[in-house]
Amino acid sequence: MLKVLDSAVPIACWSCAVAHNESTLFCPHCSKIQPPPGADYYSVFSLEPRLTLDLGMLEHQFHKLSRKLHPDRFARATPEEKDWSLADTALLNDAYRTLRDPIRRTEYLLKLHGAEIGEEHSGKGRTDPSRVPADLLEEVFDLNMQLEEMRAAKKMGEEDPDLKQSLTEAKKKFDGLLDDVDNDLRTQWTAWDDGDASARSAAQKTMLALLDRRRYLDNLVRDVNETLGAN
Amino acid sequence: MAEGRVVGIDLGTTNSLVAYMQGDAPVVIPGVDGSNLVPSIVALDPIPASGGRPTVTVGNSARRVLIETPERVIYSVKRLMGRSLDEVRDELKFFPFRLADDVEAGEVPRVQLGELRFTPPEISAYILRQLKRNAERFFGEPVTQAVITVPAYFNDAQRQATKDAGRMAGLEVLRLVNEPTAAALAYGLDRAKEGTIAVYDLGGGTFDISILKLRDGIFEVQSTNGDTHLGGDDIDNLLLAIALDEIHSEHGVDLRTQPGAVQGLRKDAIDAKISLSSESSAKFDIELPNGDRYQREIPREVFEQLIEPVLNRTAGPCKQALTDAGITPEQIDEVVLVGGSTRIPSVRRLVDDIFHLSARGKKPHTELNPDEVVALGAAVQADILAGASKTTEEMLLLDVTPLSLGIEALGGVVARIIPRNSTIPASATEHFTTGVDGQTNVAIHVLQGERELAADCRSLARFDLKGIPPMTAGLPRIEVKFLIDADGILHVSAREQRSGKAAEIEVKATYGLTDEQVETMILDSFDHAEEDFAKRLLIEARNEAETILAKVEQARMSPAWGALRGEEQSAIGAAGDRLAAVKAGDDLTAIREATLALDRATHRLAELMMDAAVTTAIRGKTMTAAGEDLGEEVTAPHPMAPAEFK
Repeated sequence: MLKVLDSAVPIACWSCAVAHNESTLFCPHCSKIQPPPGADYYSVFSLEPRLTLDLGMLEHQFHKLSRKLHPDRFARATPEEKDWSLADTALLNDAYRTLRDPIRRTEYLLKLHGAEIGEEHSGKGRTDPSRVPADLLEEVFDLNMQLEEMRAAKKMGEEDPDLKQSLTEAKKKFDGLLDDVDNDLRTQWTAWDDGDASARSAAQKTMLALLDRRRYLDNLVRDVNETLGAN
Repeated sequence: MAEGRVVGIDLGTTNSLVAYMQGDAPVVIPGVDGSNLVPSIVALDPIPASGGRPTVTVGNSARRVLIETPERVIYSVKRLMGRSLDEVRDELKFFPFRLADDVEAGEVPRVQLGELRFTPPEISAYILRQLKRNAERFFGEPVTQAVITVPAYFNDAQRQATKDAGRMAGLEVLRLVNEPTAAALAYGLDRAKEGTIAVYDLGGGTFDISILKLRDGIFEVQSTNGDTHLGGDDIDNLLLAIALDEIHSEHGVDLRTQPGAVQGLRKDAIDAKISLSSESSAKFDIELPNGDRYQREIPREVFEQLIEPVLNRTAGPCKQALTDAGITPEQIDEVVLVGGSTRIPSVRRLVDDIFHLSARGKKPHTELNPDEVVALGAAVQADILAGASKTTEEMLLLDVTPLSLGIEALGGVVARIIPRNSTIPASATEHFTTGVDGQTNVAIHVLQGERELAADCRSLARFDLKGIPPMTAGLPRIEVKFLIDADGILHVSAREQRSGKAAEIEVKATYGLTDEQVETMILDSFDHAEEDFAKRLLIEARNEAETILAKVEQARMSPAWGALRGEEQSAIGAAGDRLAAVKAGDDLTAIREATLALDRATHRLAELMMDAAVTTAIRGKTMTAAGEDLGEEVTAPHPMAPAEFK
């Protein structure tokens, strides 16, 4: 959740003293830069909080705001304006980085709506065996065996082409499953964006499960890639 | 402070340059010797007979004493910037640096130079001061603000060390710009380009690859990667190692114990490397101390085999950068080559191979001098920052952080909080709490790097959140904000949310100088004083006047003088008399104008002498050598004039 460090956001513009909405980056009256607003990532771009986003539009807005906010534009401004430009641009960049990525965007918006996606869940736990999706138990078990074998073979400096082949195939399969998850997520986006309260809460539940599954698959594919030495 | 000029500086491993925006084009500012490149070499002069602190020389004059007194000279200091004692020890295998013996672990290493000891930022500060002086001499006014370039893959400590060096040299560093991005700016200036470009930058000591998207004047870096330990130096070392080994085994002479001889041999290795970019073979021909001759032919094929492993190390970072940008080689529209090492034909073949260039009918861009392009780009960025310039008002650079930022979590695992290739400035907010009742401190360890374990990443800083109000374990909620600024440098702030109290943080950089230390290392603080500055300018102007008058006197004896028309000769005479009359006075402007007038009057004379020099000089000979053939040392862009005044 985004929280502003400085809770004393002035309601009046520091420069022209005209009162303004405190979630704005610039004074609507005199166009001077304002201290970082307590805004969520969507309102930085003046966007409705929706999961379906026009990325071309987002990029265009990002460039437009960057031109106005970037510290390069304030190299010779007052120390306060310099600080605000830095903080505002960081907020803009963080917002853009989050919103342009479909997965980060989904996690962010669900979190804004009170969903629990704790840090302990977000990919740091690697492949925790207790979270294996039920339908994949058998395959994951086989895959882990093969990964162990492969690592052992590598340690001995041996090449096992058959093992490599079957790992590569497994990777392909799991890559495919990842794509399926992404497609399923996209389907839920519309339900969440346009549905009524009950449709939205159902979509949210489905997406949280999909995100869990996705994180699990993602870590698995990363393990396979590392073991295969693809990266 | 007066809104002076902002210059762009390329603080390189091998050479450094300073450039500025002249109208709508960036140009490099030459030094007193007329050369655009200032070798990044610093020498400590012998202690003066009268006692006192010895003076420091930089550039070509420092290079000249490298062979006679290697223990008083340092080069490639960029490799040591922001590095720990252990990391520096690795460097010492290949470089004749001598560390001060009293440095303790955790301290910034110091290099022994003659009788004195310097930290790497201090050495770099001497180079920066030289560039600053060159610019001041050129403009005739103080220069206090600069943009300095750094390798894109420099970490936080290396960036901070570079900024510290700027401050020691009396420069306010308005921005650190990544070298490949600067090169892209220099290339992107003259054409309204759109598309995706890759900048392959193989310099003296570092390798960078950056992928950028250009659109409507916005240069948005997509990804960057590199190796801060890979460059032309490594190629020199390979050739040097061969020569040292063979001299030892074939002639029984171990030159390794003679630093001066090693430096001489290194110079031969560099010459051989350079000539192999255009010739099919090069030769070592060296007289040894025992009277033997070491002669060795190096065909280009052998050279290419030798350096292949070094060059191949650039392929991995290129592929990773492509993956991180989410594109294939075919989606790269243009490739720009930067750094002297990209003159090597096999480097160009490798680049062609990585980006499938010739297969797509494309060629890499090499139009701008690869030694100068970074400085030119820095000047463009300086112009953007100075503002109010029509040429650059539409341009904006959006760069990224090269390395992920993380904090050490339980079990020594790194929790990533800002991923690599995030556009900077970037921030992340993390929450911490206490594990024991009444605990008032929480320790946080910040790291930079891509590995899973804290022990494998670069430690940036450790700090304690202090003054947490005593509460039940787990109850305090401390919000810590990590902010990477536009220079790629980390800032941390924190507050305890339940009490609303800003937690006190003392960020101790794992390696690096404290503010107080930097303060004590500021070079010649008198540099800033206005009257001293005026005095120095006056002295320099007089020296220039003397130089040009002496040269005109000398030129009267040359055949070129006879080729001048009578009125040209008398114009020179009159301008010379005028300069001689004003030069002893205190009127700086009068001396400058008279010098300039004499310079103009001798323009054709200089050209005639240059023609003569060029015809006598053999192909490939330097300006200096050509000047020496004329019986005089070249000190300016043409044989007589001082550097041009603005």
